[in-house]
Amino acid sequence: MNRLDELRGPVPSRPHDARAIAALAANPGCARRALMDAAGVDKDRTARHLGFPAPFGQSQFAITRGNVFEALVKENGCAELLRLLRELLGLPVAQVGYQDVESVGSHLRHSHTRTLIDRAARENDDAAVFYDHPLFSLEIAGHTSYLEPDVVAFQLGGRFRIVEIKSFGVIDGQAEPEKVAAAARQAAVYVLALRTLLADLGHDPERVSHDVVLVCPENFANRPTATLVDVRKQLAVLKRQLARMTRVDRLLEGLPQGLTFDLAPDPDGVPTRSAEDLAGALSQVPARYAPDCLSTCDMCMFCRDEARGCGSTDLLGRQVRDQLGGVSLMTEALGLAEGTVEPAEGQEEVARLLRLADRLREECLN
Amino acid sequence: MSALTALAQLRAIRDGAAQRITTVRHCHLAPRPMVFIPLRLAGETAAPLAAMVGTDPDHPRLLVVPQPRNRDLRFAFAAGLAEVLLPYVEGFGKTTETVEKKGGEPYERCLDAPQILVPNRSAAAFVALLGRSTRFRRADGPYPVHPSVPLLGRWLTYFADRSQQPGSSLLLVATEALSMHWATGQSGLEDANLAAQLGWIAPPPGMSGRRAAEEAEDPLLWPPAGPTTDPGFDNEVLGPAVRAYEEAPTDRAVERVTQALRTQLEPTWRLMWRAARLLRELPEGRRVKDRWETDRGSFTRFAERIAEGGPPQARRDGAVGAAARLAGLERARASYDVQRAYDDPLVMAEYRLTGEAFSGTVTGADPEHTEGEGRSRKLRPLITVRTEDPVRLTAGTTVGSPDRRGHAAEIVEIADGEITLKITKGMGRGKTPAPGAVPEPGERVSYTSLTDDFQSSAALPDPERTPWTHGGPPEEYVPSDDDAQEEWS
Repeated sequence: MNRLDELRGPVPSRPHDARAIAALAANPGCARRALMDAAGVDKDRTARHLGFPAPFGQSQFAITRGNVFEALVKENGCAELLRLLRELLGLPVAQVGYQDVESVGSHLRHSHTRTLIDRAARENDDAAVFYDHPLFSLEIAGHTSYLEPDVVAFQLGGRFRIVEIKSFGVIDGQAEPEKVAAAARQAAVYVLALRTLLADLGHDPERVSHDVVLVCPENFANRPTATLVDVRKQLAVLKRQLARMTRVDRLLEGLPQGLTFDLAPDPDGVPTRSAEDLAGALSQVPARYAPDCLSTCDMCMFCRDEARGCGSTDLLGRQVRDQLGGVSLMTEALGLAEGTVEPAEGQEEVARLLRLADRLREECLN
Repeated sequence: MSALTALAQLRAIRDGAAQRITTVRHCHLAPRPMVFIPLRLAGETAAPLAAMVGTDPDHPRLLVVPQPRNRDLRFAFAAGLAEVLLPYVEGFGKTTETVEKKGGEPYERCLDAPQILVPNRSAAAFVALLGRSTRFRRADGPYPVHPSVPLLGRWLTYFADRSQQPGSSLLLVATEALSMHWATGQSGLEDANLAAQLGWIAPPPGMSGRRAAEEAEDPLLWPPAGPTTDPGFDNEVLGPAVRAYEEAPTDRAVERVTQALRTQLEPTWRLMWRAARLLRELPEGRRVKDRWETDRGSFTRFAERIAEGGPPQARRDGAVGAAARLAGLERARASYDVQRAYDDPLVMAEYRLTGEAFSGTVTGADPEHTEGEGRSRKLRPLITVRTEDPVRLTAGTTVGSPDRRGHAAEIVEIADGEITLKITKGMGRGKTPAPGAVPEPGERVSYTSLTDDFQSSAALPDPERTPWTHGGPPEEYVPSDDDAQEEWS
C-alpha cells in the first residue's frame, strides 16, 4: 500500500481546499500539515476527534450571501460577468461561450478541463469562452494535489484569465486589505496551476495573465464590480515556497513503521481510535505552530496546546520571538533575562539585551 | 514590540497573569463614556444586525434588526441609534470656554467631549461603514429617511476618522487600549478577543489568567464581541428566529430575535465596563490632558461645521486633503510616542534599551559655568551623569529630560559611563541659574534625544492648485441625489 494511503487510512482522500493553499504559503515549514495535506487526511475531523475543533464555522447567512452573489454574476451563462469584463478590459466581445466543467462526472473533470483548455489554446479563434468549475492539479511537495477553485477561467483568442468571485464589498474603491490579500493569494495558485497545465500541454504558459479579475459587490448594493489585481508578487512567493518545501517523500522516509493518522471509523463512520493514541501518532511528526495558524489551519488548536505544553516562544508570534533573539524556549529566555541561565555561544548579545530589559523593568516597577 | 514587552509576555505566561507595561494610563477615560457594541449580519458588508449602546452599565439600550436584509428596518435601526447617540454627543456642545490664542482671534472650545468605547478594531471599522452608508441620505426626495439618520452618519464617520489619529481618545478601541497597558501571555492576534484578553488581565478569583483566557475562547460561554457573530449561533439560533419573523412578523417573532441577540451582546457589555474600570484605575499620565484638549478642539470644530450646514464628508479625500491628513497623522504619531515616553519611565525604558535615552545619577555639577566673553558671555552649566545604560548618543546631540519642562542640554562628552552635559535651556535669564534648574549631585536624572518640538504642518498647495501630477484640482464635492438614493441591500 502507498505510504500516504496508509497514513490516511481507508477513507477517500480530501482535495486541497482554499484554506489549505493559504496555509501553504503562510507556513511552508510545517511537516505535520504538509504530510496530512499530502495524504488527504481530513484535518477538521481529526481535530474534532482530538477534542480540539478549529474555530472556523461558517454562518448560513454568509453562505447564502456568497451563493446569491455568485449566482447573480453567473446568471444566464455569465452575462453579467461578460458585461463587466467588456468594460474592464475594453473587449470587443459580443458573444461568449459558456462551458460548465461540472457537467461531467467528478472523476472526469480534470481530464475534461485539460481537453477544453488544450482545444482553446490550439484553435486560437476569436470566440470567447467561460469555463466554470474547472478542476486543476498542482504538484505540491512532490505530490499531485487537485484543486477545485471556485473560479471561472476566461479565454479569448487563446489567452486566459482567472476570474475570482468574492462576496466582500468594495466601498468607494476600497476593500478590506486582508480579504483582498487572501483572494490574491488564492488566485495566484490558480494562475500557477493553469500555467502549469498549459506548459504541460506544450503551450506558452505566459498566455495566462498575471492580472486576475476580482469580482465583488460594489458599495452596499448587490451589483458586482470588477477590478484587475496583479498577482505577480504572490506568484513569486508561491513558486519559491513550493520549491523550498521539503519533499513529501523525504518526510515519509523518516516516519516510524506503521504510523497512521487513521481514525479507524466503524461502519457508521464513527471514529473508534482513541484520541490519546491518535495524538501520540501526530506528535511523531513535528509541527511548526505560529499564531497565524489560528486563521488558516484546522489543526491549530491541537498544535497550540502542544506548543504551550513544551513552552515554546512560537506561541507569542514571530515578532516576539525575534525580540527574544530567536531563543525557542520560554524558560531559556527567562533564564537568560534573570541571569539563571548561562548564555551559550552566540547568545551573549541577546542575553545582554534581556538582562538589561529585566533590570529596566525592575527599576521602573519597584 | 520591544524586548521589554516580549519579556513581560514571558512573565505573564509563567505567572499566569498579565503584566503591566506602563506605569500610568496614556489614554483619556471619560467619566461618562458611551459603550457601543455593534453586530453585523455575517457575509454582509455593512448590514447592522443589532447593537447594545448606552452610558449606564445597568441600563443598556438594545437595538435590533429582526430581518437584517430589510432596508426599511435598517434605517429604523439607524434612527434608533441616532436617538441614543446624538443627544449624548450634542450635549457636550452646550458648555464652552473661550481660548485666547497668541496672535489670533480668541475662540470657543467645548469644556468636555463625548467618548465612545467599542470592543475591537473591527467594530471601529464597522462604525466607519455605518457612517458611510448613512451620511449621504436625505430626509426629502424619493427615498426619505428620518432626518437624524444622515446626521448620525456624519458623526459616526467623524468618530471613526478620529480613531485613526494617534493619541486621540474620542473613539477608544477597548482591546487596543488594554494591550497598550498590559502584556498578556498570548499573541497579539489572540488579544483581539476581548474576553480572552480580560481573562489574562483580570481573571475571576481563584483562576489563572491562562485558564480564564482558554475559557473565554468558548463562544457558548463568551460570545464573540462582534461585529461578526458566532457561526454556531447564526445557524442554530438566529437563523430559525429570523425565518420565523419572515413567516409572521409579529411582536413575538421580534421578541424572539431580540432575546437571541441579547444573549450575544450582554456578556460583551459587561466586559466593556470591566475594561473601562480597569483602565480608570490606572493613574493618568501627565500629558493625557493636553491630548484630550486637542480632542475637545477637534470635536468643537466638527460640531461647528455641522451647525453651519457644511456638506457631509466626501467619499474620498482629494490629493491635497489626503497628503495633509497623512502628514497630520505622522506628526501626531511622533508626538504621541515622545509624550508617552516623557510621561512614563517604563515607556522611556524602551528608548534606554536602544540607547536613545539614559538614566543615571549626577556625580558633579558646575552650575555657574559660562561660555564666551563680554557681551556674548552665556551661562552654560555643566553636569556629569554616571549611568549603566548602554548609551548610543554622540557628542553634540541635543537632549531633553522628562524631569524638567523646558529643559534642554547638549552632550559634551561620553566616557566610561560618565556623560558630561551642557545645559542650554530652562535655567532662567539671570547670571546664575534659577533655583532647581540645574540638577544637583546625587540627583537621579533621565535624558533622551527624543523631543516633542513643535513641527509646522507640511507645506501643501491649496486644493484648487493641485498639480497635474496628482490629477489636477479635484472637482468640488456636491452631494448628489444618487448618493442619497444609493442602494443598501
